[in-house]
Amino acid sequence: MRRIVYFDNDVSFLGSASVGGREEKRGPLGELFDFCDETDRFGMKTWEAAEAEIARLSLNLAMKKTKISPDDLDVLLAGDLENQCVASSSGLYSFGIPYIGLYSACSTATEALFILSNLISSGFIKKGATVTTSHNSAAERQFRTPIEYGGQRSPTSQWTATAGGSFILGSGGTVKIKEGLIGKIVDGLTTDAMNMGAAMARAAFDTIYTYFQLSNEKINNFDLIVTGDLGKYGSQILEELLKKDLPGAEKIHADCGNLLYDENKQDCHAGASGCGCSASVLASYFLPKMEKGELKNILFLSTGALMSPSSVLQGENILGIAPLLRFSIGE
Amino acid sequence: MEKNKEYKDLINQHAPSSPTLKNSFLAFLVGGGICFISEIFVLFISRFIPEEKAYLSATLILILIASLLTALGVFDKIARFSGGGTLVPVTGFSNSVSSVAIDSRSEGFILGVGSKIFTVAGPVILYATAAGTLYGFIYYIFNLVRDML
Repeated sequence: MRRIVYFDNDVSFLGSASVGGREEKRGPLGELFDFCDETDRFGMKTWEAAEAEIARLSLNLAMKKTKISPDDLDVLLAGDLENQCVASSSGLYSFGIPYIGLYSACSTATEALFILSNLISSGFIKKGATVTTSHNSAAERQFRTPIEYGGQRSPTSQWTATAGGSFILGSGGTVKIKEGLIGKIVDGLTTDAMNMGAAMARAAFDTIYTYFQLSNEKINNFDLIVTGDLGKYGSQILEELLKKDLPGAEKIHADCGNLLYDENKQDCHAGASGCGCSASVLASYFLPKMEKGELKNILFLSTGALMSPSSVLQGENILGIAPLLRFSIGE
Repeated sequence: MEKNKEYKDLINQHAPSSPTLKNSFLAFLVGGGICFISEIFVLFISRFIPEEKAYLSATLILILIASLLTALGVFDKIARFSGGGTLVPVTGFSNSVSSVAIDSRSEGFILGVGSKIFTVAGPVILYATAAGTLYGFIYYIFNLVRDML
């Protein structure tokens, strides 16, 4: 049975950090990132090692900003897009923090926050952190074509963000995680890996719609409904679905994938995607806005496209998932 | 079922197709430009060596230039602009091999570069060879029948 999970005990953000690459620096949020490396290399020889370094750097920065040491953290939940999630494990092993590796494609950021919120609310864990990363070049190599290959990209294709976001959760912070709704695996009804926004929009709608069915909250109680990486066309589809079945919700929809790059100046087609997209936009943009009181109550869903290069070649539909969390300040 | 169709229609409504006309025009311009430059190479080289070998040399020069541009990280930028114009001439083939070589270098020369080098160009090599074999077979039969008559 689907039900909303209420975190009865205080679960709140104690700190966060965002790390990005060249395109992220050039984008509208560039100045808000804690650290950007415009070479995309992060001092490493391979793209895969660079992604691991993003994970390490972002957690390090989040701990520094909140003056928390690795010994204070009881658990680390992390995930990325590389095969076997090796960026997270190799980037984070040096901290020596008990570790749980996760994979839920680009929705891993919310999945990790959801599980950690449960651990903290139940009292098993005092403080913990989540780390999620993606690297454009590592993803291109693994899922698409070689980086220097001169091919054409379809207008609906998205640009995997070279970015990472870390969050430290505990109790006593300004921004609280109040409740969550686990996502359901939803058939995206498309086989087009160049249009993942469309595959994920259906899952995002399913979660948002279910949330308002189960909850007593009204749409106008929220400042925003933020999705992870639907991009330009996925957002259009979601907004059309919302307009029909949850009128009003489409007006407060925002998408991290649409915020990270400038559509007119950057050659990123339908917007950003990747594990690092929603994590870095949450850390650099939405959390600071909430801490300042500009946003008081938001729904946050990272969106994931569940598929592999083989499943796509074999003509299987792309499945989507969208776990949801509610962030609030005050009471 | 009805709902599924509705959603598929919605996807199609919100999926703009590639700008075919613009891409075709750019492909004509850039692809033609590459061939034009290679004709100049041929004219120049055939002053020194027989014309047949000059054509081969021009092809080799194009392959070299495309590989160098790939290594310098410029080729994909030109290709993205030129709507397929760099893909069809031998430059596209060169890029598809050298880009994989750069990519898989970190995995070693044998199991990295060695085993992956034709992952993109492979289909072209396989089916070009197969088509050549088939054509040769048909040509052989054709000649055999003609001689019998």
